Amino acid sequence: MAMQMLPPDWPGNFWAHWAIFAVAVLVFVLLMVIVFIWFERRAMAVMQARLGPNRAGPFGLLQSVADALKILIKEDIIPARSDKLVHWLAPVVAFVPALLIFAVIPFRGGAILADLNIGILYIVAISSITTVGIFMAGWSSNNKYSTLGAMRQVASVVSYEIPVVLSLVGVILLAGSLSMQQIVAAQNIPFILLQPLGFLLFFTGALAEINRAPFDLTEADSELVAGYMTEYSGMKFGLFFLAEYAEALAISAIVTTIFLGGWRGPLLPDWLWFLVKVFIVFFVIVWIRTTVPRLRIDQLMALAWKFLFPLALLNLLITAIEILVWPAVSLWVFVPINIAIAIVLVVLWSKFFKLGWGKVEV
Amino acid sequence: MKFERYGIGIARGLSVTIRHLLRRPITTQYPEQRLNISRRSRGNELIWDENKCTGCGTCAKACHIGAIHISTSTNLVDNKYKVEKYEVDTGCCIFCGLCVEACPFEALFLSYDYERSQYRRGDLVQTKEMMMETPERKVSGYFYPGRAAKLPRQSLLVNNDRGKT
Repeated sequence: MAMQMLPPDWPGNFWAHWAIFAVAVLVFVLLMVIVFIWFERRAMAVMQARLGPNRAGPFGLLQSVADALKILIKEDIIPARSDKLVHWLAPVVAFVPALLIFAVIPFRGGAILADLNIGILYIVAISSITTVGIFMAGWSSNNKYSTLGAMRQVASVVSYEIPVVLSLVGVILLAGSLSMQQIVAAQNIPFILLQPLGFLLFFTGALAEINRAPFDLTEADSELVAGYMTEYSGMKFGLFFLAEYAEALAISAIVTTIFLGGWRGPLLPDWLWFLVKVFIVFFVIVWIRTTVPRLRIDQLMALAWKFLFPLALLNLLITAIEILVWPAVSLWVFVPINIAIAIVLVVLWSKFFKLGWGKVEV
Repeated sequence: MKFERYGIGIARGLSVTIRHLLRRPITTQYPEQRLNISRRSRGNELIWDENKCTGCGTCAKACHIGAIHISTSTNLVDNKYKVEKYEVDTGCCIFCGLCVEACPFEALFLSYDYERSQYRRGDLVQTKEMMMETPERKVSGYFYPGRAAKLPRQSLLVNNDRGKT
């Protein structure tokens, strides 16, 4: 497949390109967040034999708009003994990095705000900043639930960052580049087939990083009120909510780009393939949320350090051996081999997986 | 060997949730869809038959809340009591149905209606005119099996029966 990196009629001027894509990314994120909130509520409702939001607009599509309006006109309450400046800054610090991730997501061939040659590294670096915002929120609220939630968030992100990054390295080895554009171009076979274990590890770790169920200990509503968001109201709460869904959207887009072949696909136009894949990934996230109950904090930590981390190391080792020793062999040969390796490793490692030397039930 | 530990348990759970995608919702969209309530339900008003009532006041005596106010005058022409005032404060009433069971002349019933919320407390007091049986104000089958037989069967969601829509 001949790949054209930039369509000839693309706005070539640097500033024009910058301006167009900055606006496009903003609009894309805000629109998709609204659609995602509706989609998640609706999909969850159907899986629970309910109907979900169905009053505002056709099929309840305007529900998120109505919610946004409600949040906008609500009173902004700041706790009396909070750290005012940090309390005010936290939502911004949490939201902006989630938005910045989309600078390196290719929506179609060449449709990218900045084709950085270190795209993945940029994503890994930027997405961790959100944690700072969340910890600022938890600390400045001067509330025990907020602080507890924020501390859980920091602990989980610091732990899960390692398996997530290690599982990405396998992909980078295969693609031979850190640029998102090049990674998509390298996927004649979607990397989910070549890196099934890497995909599983990345997806699990990513779910934990963005606090989706079953790793939503940060805002576990049954124990911590709302976690770090407890003391927030009005538009600041809205920004946190936006950041959460923007992160879910970002993870869907990253999984699409890195493991599912990005915008590449037969028949349909590029951008539609991208959107369809993003929606499929998000549906899987919602599906997992409806199915799996929340973990305990010790299970969360053990999963990261005793399960994901060693498996990510092994995955990296196996991928490196495959690439170094048999560089000439067609990649299709490795598809069944890698899937078999993934299954064997997961089953073997689950057998070894224990908590508290086997005294605590997993 | 417990296979639940090797991801099988999660996979089984995922298959359960995905199968629910194709299932019909079991909820009812209330104002548009209504279920038929139990034929013997105690609705939140009382229905009174002026012609059968003799003004004996048994209902008021049976009411331990004191929600029924009845005052009568003697009608010497018919040699009968005339009911001057019959009022039930449904704001106090607990719908226990004792008055219905106590009435010796089958003149008092509970209603089949359950949508009678008001903005003011005073509007909850039923006067004589508001207690007549009309097509809108149906009589419940409570304590009167003959009446119950005439009402539609209760619709149950387990039978996937949404009743009137």
